[in-house]
Amino acid sequence: MDGVAQLQKQLVDFTDSLFQEGFLDEQFNQLQQLQDESNPDFVVEVVSLFFEDSERLLNELAKALEQKTIDFRKVDAHVHQFKGSSSSIGAQRVQKVCIAFRNYCEEQNIEGCLKCLQQVKLEYSLVKNKLETLFKIEKQLIAAGGSIPT
Amino acid sequence: MAIAGEVLRRNFPENVEVFDDSPSGSLELHVLAVDDSVVDRMVIERLLKISSCKVTTVESGTRALQYLGLDGEKGPVGFDGLKVNLIMTDYSMPGMTGYELLKKIKGSSVLREIPVVIMSSENVLARIDRCLEEGAEEFLLKPVKLSDVRRLKDFITRGEGKDGGETRDHKRKREDDYTSSSSPSPSPPSSSSLISSSSSSTASSASSSARLSKRAKLRKKD
Repeated sequence: MDGVAQLQKQLVDFTDSLFQEGFLDEQFNQLQQLQDESNPDFVVEVVSLFFEDSERLLNELAKALEQKTIDFRKVDAHVHQFKGSSSSIGAQRVQKVCIAFRNYCEEQNIEGCLKCLQQVKLEYSLVKNKLETLFKIEKQLIAAGGSIPT
Repeated sequence: MAIAGEVLRRNFPENVEVFDDSPSGSLELHVLAVDDSVVDRMVIERLLKISSCKVTTVESGTRALQYLGLDGEKGPVGFDGLKVNLIMTDYSMPGMTGYELLKKIKGSSVLREIPVVIMSSENVLARIDRCLEEGAEEFLLKPVKLSDVRRLKDFITRGEGKDGGETRDHKRKREDDYTSSSSPSPSPPSSSSLISSSSSSTASSASSSARLSKRAKLRKKD
């Protein structure tokens, strides 16, 4: 029981820190509400889908910003998608960078866009890392016979 | 005389076959969700399923029209025959926007009675107005929450519209400004039910724009 209690505490503390540091927002809680015995892996599944989709979008963004003549509407369209999906899973810091990114697109500011691309890549990899850690602790907890505190 | 995309008739009891009875006896809505985002499709599907709805998701307005048998170019395509009771569509989509999809649905004599809800991450009043004027039942800010879906489901299943006397303006649910725009078609009974439904939901959806503006204020992100 000791091990389980410890893992539970670890999970709660880690999750709290993610919220406090702004990596995640309320929407992530909403997702957890959608998980139940009939769909015990929903959060992992949707986050995995988010990872896949984000990697695609980051590639598209890099390509679009490498062009000789940049099509800012195209760049904006990708950022809009990224903003939407990050919002849907509660990845708040990623979403915030996307907002700034869109502003630069509107201004057709190449430098601003390039800077935001770097920033969004960074925030994305940070939150990816955090979420993977979160899922790992959850897995350990369940393997130890515990359940995820709601 | 099979009409593609048979619609929910508001007079529930006579058309019980529209729904499948789940074991608990509650009626199951079939919702068509349209969104170009693969992540959002997964979330909306889950939101609807957990709310005991049947769900079909498609990635574009074109696909939605095909599903509904209205794609025009090829004529009615055989779809799976499941009646659609509600359409939820994203606003910003490449190709056909949610607004354009809404217009096509409301412009179809066969499909116009299916309630359409628009979802958008952007709280733009002009956009909201445009959609409501075109006949959308609701405009939901993304990310859509469980409480939004529950409220929507309650409203749709409660169904039986009051008289047709309520004008489309009331449906716009603005606290100020009821501009008298003349509606091109008679407002569906569903529009009035949203406003004049039971006291609890009247309070909560009091003025959906009040809710929307409040959300806009709370929503510092955008």
